[in-house]
Formats: sequence, C-alpha cells, structure tokens
Amino acid sequence: MMEGKTLATEEKLEHSSLTVEKFAYDNHIVRLFVIASVVFGIVGMSVGLMAAIQLFYPAANLGLPFTSFGRIRPLHTNAVIFAFVGNAMFAGVYYSMQRLLKARMFSDFLSYFNFWGWQAIILAAAITLPLGYTTSHEYAELEWPIDIAIALVWVAFGVNMIGTILKRRERHLYVAIWFYIATFVTVAILHIFNSIQLPISIFKSYYVFAGVQDALVQWWYGHNAVAFFLTTPFLGLMYYYLPKAANRPVFSYKLSIIHFWSLIFIYIWAGPHHLLYTALPDWAQSLGTVFSIMLIAPSWGGMLNGLLTLRGAWDRVREDPILKFMVVAVTAYGMSTFEGPMLSLKNVNWISHYTDWTIAHVHIGGLGWNGFLIFGIFYWLVPKMWGTQLHSVKLANTHFWLGTLGMIFYALPLYVAGFTQSLMWKQFTPDGFLVYSNFLQTVTQILPMYMLRAVGGALYLAGVFVMVYNLMKTAYAGKFIRNEEAEAPALQKNYVGKPNEGWHHRLERRAVMMTVLVFIAVATGGIIEIIPTMLVKSNVPSIASVQPYTPLELEGRDLYIREGCVGCHSQMVRPFRDETERYGEYSKAGEFVYDHPFLWGSKRTGPDLHREGHSKNRRSDSWHYFHMLEPQQMSPGSIMPPYPWLLESSFDAEALKDKISAMRTLGVPYPEGYENQVAEEVKKQGEAIVQRLKEEAKVKTSADKEIVAMIAYLQRLGTDIEVKAEGEETTNTPE
Amino acid sequence: MFKYYFEGIKNVEIFPIISLIIFFTFFLGMIVWLLVMKKSYVDKMKNMPLQSEDEPNESKSFLL
Ligand code: HEC
Repeated sequence: MMEGKTLATEEKLEHSSLTVEKFAYDNHIVRLFVIASVVFGIVGMSVGLMAAIQLFYPAANLGLPFTSFGRIRPLHTNAVIFAFVGNAMFAGVYYSMQRLLKARMFSDFLSYFNFWGWQAIILAAAITLPLGYTTSHEYAELEWPIDIAIALVWVAFGVNMIGTILKRRERHLYVAIWFYIATFVTVAILHIFNSIQLPISIFKSYYVFAGVQDALVQWWYGHNAVAFFLTTPFLGLMYYYLPKAANRPVFSYKLSIIHFWSLIFIYIWAGPHHLLYTALPDWAQSLGTVFSIMLIAPSWGGMLNGLLTLRGAWDRVREDPILKFMVVAVTAYGMSTFEGPMLSLKNVNWISHYTDWTIAHVHIGGLGWNGFLIFGIFYWLVPKMWGTQLHSVKLANTHFWLGTLGMIFYALPLYVAGFTQSLMWKQFTPDGFLVYSNFLQTVTQILPMYMLRAVGGALYLAGVFVMVYNLMKTAYAGKFIRNEEAEAPALQKNYVGKPNEGWHHRLERRAVMMTVLVFIAVATGGIIEIIPTMLVKSNVPSIASVQPYTPLELEGRDLYIREGCVGCHSQMVRPFRDETERYGEYSKAGEFVYDHPFLWGSKRTGPDLHREGHSKNRRSDSWHYFHMLEPQQMSPGSIMPPYPWLLESSFDAEALKDKISAMRTLGVPYPEGYENQVAEEVKKQGEAIVQRLKEEAKVKTSADKEIVAMIAYLQRLGTDIEVKAEGEETTNTPE
Repeated sequence: MFKYYFEGIKNVEIFPIISLIIFFTFFLGMIVWLLVMKKSYVDKMKNMPLQSEDEPNESKSFLL
C-alpha cells in the first residue's frame, strides 16, 4: 500500500490536521472480479439454458449423470447467484467502497484472498454438483468442506471491509456502505446457521435439524439469501452507481435511510412465506405473510428513490444505455418486490406455489434487477478503469434490447404456464373427479411455453455476448489504470463530534457499532422465528406409527438427494381437495421427524411423491424399475430424465453403518448396535425386491444395485400413515 | 441438541415482547432523527458519491 504524507495548504473544516495523504485506489481487484463475473455469468446462464431445453427435450441431458436435470439445476442457480452476481457484487463493492471512504482497501492480501478463494469455491462447486455431492438445501447445496471455505472467504471480505472503514478518510459513511455492512453481517449469520451439518465423509453430511425445523431454517436462509445477497448489496450499488451514471445526487437521502433500516428489520422475518399451507405451524406462516406485505413499503420507497433520482434527466435516459439498463433494473426491483408479497398471500400462493410462476418471479429479479444493474455498472466501470470511452453505444443499445426481449420471452410464457398448469391441477368434473387425473397431461400442455422460455433465455445470453465484445473492444482501446492515484486529508484522530449532532450521526460514524446493531436487528428476527419452533414440543406433533427409514430406504433417500429429484418433485401434499384427491392424505408435520434433510421441494415439474408408496398410488416395483430406466416407456411423453446408471451401479453398503450411527447421533431412534445388523437388513429387504422384480417382469438384478435402494425408498413413501389406527396422532414427542 | 438449552430459559416468551419494544423505539428514534436532520448534512451525504477527485466536478450545480 502506497501511502505517503505531505503537508498541504488546502484546508477543510473537519480535517483540522491539514495533512493531505496520497494513496491509490486498487482497480486491479475490481477488474478481476468483473472478468470473473462475466465469464461465470456466461457459464451459469448456458447451464440454465441447457436445463431449460431439457424440460421439453430430455435428450439434451447428453445421457450423462453429470448433466442430468436434477444435478445441473443447482449448478445453474449456484453459478448465477454466487459466481455471476457474487463476483459482480464484489467488483461493485470494491470499487465504490474505496472511493466513498477515500482509502485503498485495508489489505491487498485480503482482497486477493477474497478473489482467489471465491473462485476456488466456484470451481469446487462446478466439480462437486455435477458429481452429485449436494446437501439438497436450495442455494446451499455445497457440501460441508466447501461451506467452511465459504465462511473463511466471507470473513476475509468482512475484515477487509471493516478494516477499510476504520482507516477511512471520510468521516461519514454513505448509505451504500451501510448496505454493504448489512450484507456482510447477515450473510455470515445465514450461512453458518444453515450449514450446521454432521459430516459423515468428506463429501456427505446430514443436517442437524429434521423435517419442519429443517425446512424452516432452510427457507429462513433461502429467503434471506435473496434479501441479503441479491438485494441489499445491490441497493448499496444502486445508491452509488445510479447517481454516478446520472451525475446527480440521489433523490432523497432521508428516504434511503428509511429504506435501509426498514429492510434490515423486516426482511429477516418473511422467510416462512415459502412454506404456506405446508406442515409448518400456522403462526409461523402468518408471521411470514404479514412481514412480506410490510416489505412493500420500504421496497417501493427505494424504487421510487432510484427512479426519481433521474427526474429531469429523462432525455438522457433515452440516449444513454447505462441509464436505460439501470432504469429497467430498478423497475424490475419494484416489480419483484410487489409480486413477492402478493405471492405470499395465501390465496395467491395456493395457485402459484409449485408452479412456473415462481420461476418467472425469480427471473424478473435475477435477469432484471441483478442482471441489468450489473450490466449498467460494467458499462460504466470498464471505460472508467481503462481511461477511455465505451467502444460502441449502439452495441450497448443492442444488448439492452436483446436483454429486454429475452426477459419478456422468458417470463411471460412461464406466467402463462404456471397459471395454466395450476388451474388444470385444480379442475374438477361436475361429478367431482379430477379432470386431469394424469399429472403428465398438465405437463405436456405447457411444453410450448417451455420452448418459448428457452428462446427468451437464449436471447438474454446472446446479449451478454454482445456486451463481452463491446467491453473487450473498449478495454483494448484504452489503457488500464491499475492503481488510481488519489489524495485526501487524513481524518482527525479522537474526533468528538459537534455538541449538537444527533445520536444517529454518532452511530453512523462508528462502523463497528453499526455492524453490531445490524447484527442485533437481524439475529433477533431469526431467533424469534426459529427458536420457538424448536422449543415448543407441540409444534411437531409426533405420529406413533412413523418409523425411521430402514438402511436400504435411507440409501435410496440419499440417492434421491444425489440425483436432485427434489428439483422436480415435491414431497408435501397440501390440505386442498385437489391435492388430497390426487395424492392422498395431506402431509403432517409429524411425518418428517426423521427427515434429515427435509425434501419438501419447491417445484412440481413432476407429481408430488410424498404418498408414492401408499396403497392409493402404489406402483409395482417393476413399474419403477422400467420408469427409472426410461420414463417415456412407462409414461409416454414424459419429460422426466432417464436414470439408467441406477440400474448398473452398486451402492456402498459399508458406508451405511456410518450413516445409521450418524442418524442416531441426530436423534433418530435406531437401537444401539443396529449398525452391525445393517448388512443383513439391507440384504433381506433388497432380496425381496429383486425377487418381486423377477416375478413381475423377469428382471434380473441384484440386491446391491442402486435401483433396488431407490425402489425401496419410493415404495416406503406415504406408508407410515397407513399403519396407523384412527386417532393415534399424539402431541408428545418420543424423545 | 440446541433445543434443550433454550427450553431451560425461564420465561422465554418475554423476549419477543422486549424485542418488539426495542424495534419500535429504534424506529421512533430514526423518524425523530430524520425530522431534525440538518439540510447541510443531507446535502453533504447526497453528494458524496459524486465528489471523487478523478472527475471534473460537473455536479457543482446540485451542490446547493
Ligand atoms: C425434469 C424433472 C424431473 C426429474 C429431475 C425427476 N422427475 Fe420424476 N417425474 C417427472 C415427471 C414430469 C413425471 C410424470 C411423468 C412420468 O410418469 O414420467 C415424473 C414421474 C415420476 C414418478 C412417477 C409418479 C407416479 O406414480 O406417477 C416417480 C416415481 C418419479 N418421477 C421419481 C423420480 C425420481 C426418483 C427422480 C430422481 C432420480 C426423478 N423422478 C427425477 C419429472 C422429473
């Protein structure tokens, strides 16, 4: 770090020491993050496009386990969230923070540790997810060693940020910095709490919480990852780059303060809206809805604040692609933050949940808010850092239109698809039967919409390529300013503040206090939401007939997790007539007490499977066998991917011992010493299935094959409640 | 696991109420602070992103 001190004659009131210091902003770290973001953006979006194509053309999975839908869906989400958006966030934060604080980053080492560490994590994700190493928690799929690495890198980022704040040359912290602080603190809490797992081997672990509690923790995380990874840092960026690009100050600084504190306080409570009508206790669901509705106010305040910043400059918006991108981004922010609370109303959620509506919703946020804001920022940053002009405004405009069209073609068909399919699920004949009792009919109906969606995605991706060309041309035309010289007076030490300043002034100057306060605000919300569910025994009424999985079923369940079946199948029948008619009795909290992790899912591309083995729906073992081998053979027109490798590979029966004892550690009541019986139990149950397969369809297989474990698991689903005699439901836990 | 520790806490229900009061007070404080906030401070903060040394300060016209 280059910092010399020179005396300057210039004076500033607050800097009575008169010392002007010379230093340099680190642009190199910003450049690295920009490049990484663009590269991984292309990768992540391409994987998304591939997944989208597989939904109407299953053969696009290349026939490989690594590229089948269930495995690349988390690859896509992780890549775009953490690699594309995450790297862009770091780029934007590293650039703006240095300038707003008039200081180089606290430590170059930490900056580069942050960068290379983050890329290593992305690489690890890109390898492990296709291999099927996943925890199954959405947006937290990475296994425990990678979780630890994420925590380390994140802390490095935080230390670097707080360090920079402490050595700043600007007394007051601009609101963008507050958003950054909140991001750091909250993501740290969320990540750590949602990663509490019991490792079994280097790439396998079980979540400590089970069933309802696990679901609550996961969606408290999942929701707030959207809030504090995709929203708050980008609001900070908006409050910096939008004024920059428009060259005018933010419309109302006071509004931005309200925006900040309201979001911090309210967001954290809204998580349960992902679990409406599920087996989650009612009070928690209502809490989620109420806080979601409250969120509209600050979000729209923020959106208006952004848009009104451009008042009187709309003529420039028409010409400047950067401003265009930002306007659409802020508008998309407003749309998603209105739609989100609407989706958390129970009667809307009744229709929207499990459908493509949700997918459309997140892509308005992802493509519109995050994507467009990132593009706007990059078009602004690259010419700045390379000391030149943008190569082609025209191409940037082309990108803008490709992106906008892409978004429209992406979202509109999915709204139609979601709505159509939901209504079809719920349609009854006058005599009270389901009109579309075959789930697949509701799928084939919306396939054209899936095709249009892929067109939308392709357009959006094409736009990104146009940007890459334009930005590279720009960079080649200029000369990169690696270290940007700057100077500013040092801050006076032991500054006591003016006697009449408000408490918030004092607070805002004290970065550490701010951090602590944000922590308290966020932690309180989380604690109040989560702890009662764990405390009150009656929250999870146990059902006496619910038994732990047999070792073979447990293995099947782990295969289900490995293959990402949860990305297409829910295991949560909601208490509606159409669902109980289609699937059977609705799901009860007590049925999930041994589910580490829960597998409720969030999307029904295929039917719910919670009652798959129940006598009402039961298929034969051989049906499952051939269905897994080639779904289209059993269900013509199906878009479910084939899983031929399950028929060939054998599972590791030895590892089951560790799994059983790990489950016991977590509270599943396997008797002591049960591990030693595992081999025998597996063989017994497996042989019975092998025998049935042989009798039913002359299938020749052996009890050690993965398909056998999978069948055992599928046939187990929903059978617990059948054993039970009426009225056996109790409210005390066996523990 | 964790649940047992929390079960041991007496009167755990009081915590939500306390936190509600804290939050409410905090928001009141914020509103009051915003109401009495000095214009000079608001202007200074507003213009902070615009005054970096590397650019010609065209934004002067907005610096009241
Ligand atoms: C791309 C989404 C997708 C993925 C991934 C997927 N499925 Fe399916 N699944 C479907 C669709 C669509 C159907 C309905 C058509 C059919 O029967 O094939 C279905 C049907 C089923 C059925 C039949 C339900 C019934 O009784 O009618 C079972 C069982 C099943 N899937 C199990 C699995 C398992 C196990 C996995 C993971 C190894 C999996 N699925 C992965 C989409 C998917």
